[in-house]
Amino acid sequence: MKRYSAFAIAREALRHHSGWERAWRSPEPKAKYDVIIVGAGGHGLATAYYLGKNFGITNVAVIEKGWLGGGNTGRNTTIIRSNYLQDPSAAIYEKSRSLYETLSQDLNYNIMFSPRGVLMLAQTQHEIRGYKRTAHANALQGVPTEWIGPGKVKEICPIIELNGPRYPVLGGLWQARGGTARHDAVTWGYARACSDMGMDIIQKCEVTNVRTEGGKVVGVDTTKGAIDCDKLGGVVAGHSSVLAEMAGFRLPMESVALQALVSEPIKPAMDIVVMANTVHGYLSQSDKGEMVIGGGTDAYNNYTQRGSFHHAEETVRALIETFPMLSRLKMLRQWGGIVDVTGDRSPMLTKTPVEGMFMNCGWGTGGFKAIPGSGWAMAELMAKGESPLTEEFSMWRFKEGKFIDESVAAGVAH
Amino acid sequence: MLILECPCCGVSGEETEFHAGGEAHLKRHSVGSTDDQFEEYLFMRENPHGVHFERWRHNNGCGKWFHAARCTTTLEVFGTYCAQTYEPPKEIKDAISARRPGWSWRNFS
Repeated sequence: MKRYSAFAIAREALRHHSGWERAWRSPEPKAKYDVIIVGAGGHGLATAYYLGKNFGITNVAVIEKGWLGGGNTGRNTTIIRSNYLQDPSAAIYEKSRSLYETLSQDLNYNIMFSPRGVLMLAQTQHEIRGYKRTAHANALQGVPTEWIGPGKVKEICPIIELNGPRYPVLGGLWQARGGTARHDAVTWGYARACSDMGMDIIQKCEVTNVRTEGGKVVGVDTTKGAIDCDKLGGVVAGHSSVLAEMAGFRLPMESVALQALVSEPIKPAMDIVVMANTVHGYLSQSDKGEMVIGGGTDAYNNYTQRGSFHHAEETVRALIETFPMLSRLKMLRQWGGIVDVTGDRSPMLTKTPVEGMFMNCGWGTGGFKAIPGSGWAMAELMAKGESPLTEEFSMWRFKEGKFIDESVAAGVAH
Repeated sequence: MLILECPCCGVSGEETEFHAGGEAHLKRHSVGSTDDQFEEYLFMRENPHGVHFERWRHNNGCGKWFHAARCTTTLEVFGTYCAQTYEPPKEIKDAISARRPGWSWRNFS
């Protein structure tokens, strides 16, 4: 792999850009791999990357039924934060956020990480108490966040209307080191690095069956033929229940549609990320100038990658109360992704009833921020059979009643 | 956008008139049940790619609960039926078979 650098740009500029190579190979599958990862989204590719980088396991295939970044990785609002209440969540999300800080350098691929700060608005008395508690918990966890009053909110976000008719802004939880990144670039960067380590990324190849012998996984059947493996990682987000069914077990999970939309591009108006959880909307401005708006999930099971119109309407209606200037903007695009929501709204990074098969799923409405940390932890779990970051995220916690008591899946009221 | 017909009052409405109530035909476990049974009742879900049975409530109408048979990959509604039953009636199963031959869901088919 030729490294990207300022020198490379200058060199290619002098020879009509004829020297750029493909970022990753597209090989046909081999008959057998040490590890197969199903799902080449951010989490799947990150898992493969850290298997190679941290554990030297490079005989790996990442199988994807669509194309890279065509699923939830390319369908989110790119928010990165780690201001969670419970220790297990804070640990894995903070690991993830800190990996994002140097990811561009690690991958030699510009993922455009922008630590612009994330503000979660408190618009009820209950939220004030909740966020102050979170700020204290974060202090103990070593995650820098702070509680700020309405004056400071207005100072860092001038377009906000503090005295909205229903929900005035009473303050907020501020994480200065949170922010956004370019979502496709995260996938592409990991894919390039994985391919460079000799891993095979096989796109347009759907897994149709998980083969087991004596309770142990031996391989998968795909639309490109049977492929054997010693270990199998299922990292397929909204389709986790489908993959689990192929392997003969069930998951405490439901798949629902989550939507986002963007406005027409405008001049820079807001240089932070704002989440308004009471009215259920979140907002940031992209580098192109579009206001990126995320909303709520539909209430029913859905695999169609499109959501109900009334949810988009509800989200925008709620947000213009707090951001009146949005009312003059036209909305350009709307899209939906299928998110995997577990019983306690926290993810599962877990062994399964099938020996040698692991699942990384349940990130629900908040998976993008977790990509590097999730991959790091999943790789450790698959390589060593255990990881301090995944201990609390087993799929058996629902039987034991050992839930992770917060709505990790967006930090919003579901 | 889904269009559902409430089998209780006969009104057809789009989904904002209704409230989705999750998977149908769950066996309710209570005092004296095992951990496995509680897990099954509270958390384990079919989450199928295709034919699904759900509970819905006619929130902005008669207020009654009912069941719906629906496809999660096309959002097609096969039919709605009364809530006071342990399994879908024959006409609903036939309506699904006409559109999805060979379907199955838990022990229904």
